[in-house]
Amino acid sequence: MKRVLSPLLIGLLATGLIACSKQGPDTQVAVEPTAVAGQLSVGLAISTQNNPFFVALRDGADAEAKAQGVKLITVDAQDDSAKQISNIEDLIQKKVQVILINPADSDAVAGVVKEAVKAGIKVVSLDRSVNGAEVSAHIASDNVAGGKMAAEFLMEKIGGKGNIVELEGIPGSSAARERGQGFHAIVDGKADLKLVAKQAADFDRAKGLSVMENILQGNKDVKGVFAHNDEMALGAFKAIEAAGLKNVVVVGFDATPDAVKAVKAGQLAATVQQKPELIGKMGVDTAIKLGKGEAVDKFIPVPLDLVKQ
Amino acid sequence: MNVQQKATLQKLGPFIALLVLAAGLAITSPDFLTVGNLLNVFRQVSINALIAFGMTLVILLGGIDLSVGSILALSSVVTALMLSHGVDPVVATSVGILAGAGMGMVNGLIISKGKVAPFIATLGTMTILRGLSLVFSEGRPITGLNSDFFAMLGGGYVAGFIPVPVILMLVMFAVFWFVLKRTVFGRHVYAVGGNEEAAALSGIKTDRIKIWVYTLSGAMAATAGMILTSRLNSAQPTAGTGYELDAIAAVVLGGTSLTGGRGWIFGTLVGALLIGILNNGLNLLGVSSFYQQVIKGVVILLAVLLDRANKK
Repeated sequence: MKRVLSPLLIGLLATGLIACSKQGPDTQVAVEPTAVAGQLSVGLAISTQNNPFFVALRDGADAEAKAQGVKLITVDAQDDSAKQISNIEDLIQKKVQVILINPADSDAVAGVVKEAVKAGIKVVSLDRSVNGAEVSAHIASDNVAGGKMAAEFLMEKIGGKGNIVELEGIPGSSAARERGQGFHAIVDGKADLKLVAKQAADFDRAKGLSVMENILQGNKDVKGVFAHNDEMALGAFKAIEAAGLKNVVVVGFDATPDAVKAVKAGQLAATVQQKPELIGKMGVDTAIKLGKGEAVDKFIPVPLDLVKQ
Repeated sequence: MNVQQKATLQKLGPFIALLVLAAGLAITSPDFLTVGNLLNVFRQVSINALIAFGMTLVILLGGIDLSVGSILALSSVVTALMLSHGVDPVVATSVGILAGAGMGMVNGLIISKGKVAPFIATLGTMTILRGLSLVFSEGRPITGLNSDFFAMLGGGYVAGFIPVPVILMLVMFAVFWFVLKRTVFGRHVYAVGGNEEAAALSGIKTDRIKIWVYTLSGAMAATAGMILTSRLNSAQPTAGTGYELDAIAAVVLGGTSLTGGRGWIFGTLVGALLIGILNNGLNLLGVSSFYQQVIKGVVILLAVLLDRANKK
């Protein structure tokens, strides 16, 4: 009999463990067959919780779901696209009404997003878009606005005139395109402002350094630099420091911990910060609207912040 | 109860555990026991099960294959590169699976002819092959695999509702069951795993058996890779990371002994289903992914500990 008992025990223990975890905060979920009238159930398929950016996104969604009385079921892909697909399949079986997806890989999730839509579930992409399948809305940082914000700050700092430099991210990438577009919307056509150099440094710190060194060979009187990300901005600062130039205004993008430190130390003038918690919060708000059958915009830009001294 | 009845009951242990777990989930989650969800679980399980079938033979030999996740990734990358350059999908898929078999054969050669411990040999090839898949893919996912045949491997249905990967899993299950139960090769695998010296003395070419077993393991990992790549519609150089552990867990949960010589393929299928159902059930219940890992680990340990206790 012992031999039959032990597997039974394993099974019971497994079920017991599941039952234990049901006392956790997000567990009233378990017993309801489908959403109770008026109560929305939303799945959040997140790419990873090993990165503070996405943890903040999840926290923002969690807090808003609690405030609004929405059942939020979070599944974590641990950066594995295959796991993310399984997770979303499970959410489809769970019959949630809306899935908020933060793709681990934009291409790989297209198939399962189509499956969800076919099952009558509204899908909203967060931060990263979905390639190859239609979603109800895409919520991400407003990179164009961020570029404008950086340009306006740079103008103000240099008094609206002088030579400026733009370090571009990987050409063709959406971040580089949009950040550049916002920046040019402000600086183009200003009589006293001259863009003496615009070169790609591929979001890379070492390339930011060498590209800036080359630029400084030809232009000693650079007043300001806008880099499409912090890595390039930090590289550019090294070049400026080595060239012995003072009071050059360098503005970066992303507010990485390194860059925030550099801003505090007075090396970078500012960096544009994304607001991941706000992306999560707006995701849940959009899910609520979709649940009520209201129309939502295809692209919902999330405002940014400027970190300065 | 005679010895044979006891042995049969012990073999059925994992199966009973599976039924208990399924019953528990059916009670706690109303979404669990639906045809749609069960097909969904079987499809999710198929990738791990295919790898685990190959791993069962490796573990029956008393060996281990840590390189399966890397083999999966590299053969996927090879196939995806061919597909994206317009190679015929049947050719590309076959080459991918043969490439996986070749990588497995290299494992077998290093282990048998080079007399390297399987753990070390496959740890080395795991690292090399992962590196190569990053090299060939330049670290990026390979997309643009426009092929209906290839899309069907992971996403297609037979008779309108049974997923192709599930059929493939069941067919391979039957093949492995037959090979282990009914062929000379199968008996030799048990013999070598049970006592290598005795097997060699009784005229079994142990090196040849080992090479074949690792070759099969590589081919199965590559086959799983084809399904995964088809489902993702892209080959990811980082795909399959950690899959070796899931496969080993499935084999061990199924009652196959890590010291070799004892085990069966039905247990592995059940083990893979146990892990898959646990994943699915915990997702349906909305359990945090952090706790999911803890629970999975505890279940694996309990299974092994109870198995040990029974054998005393």
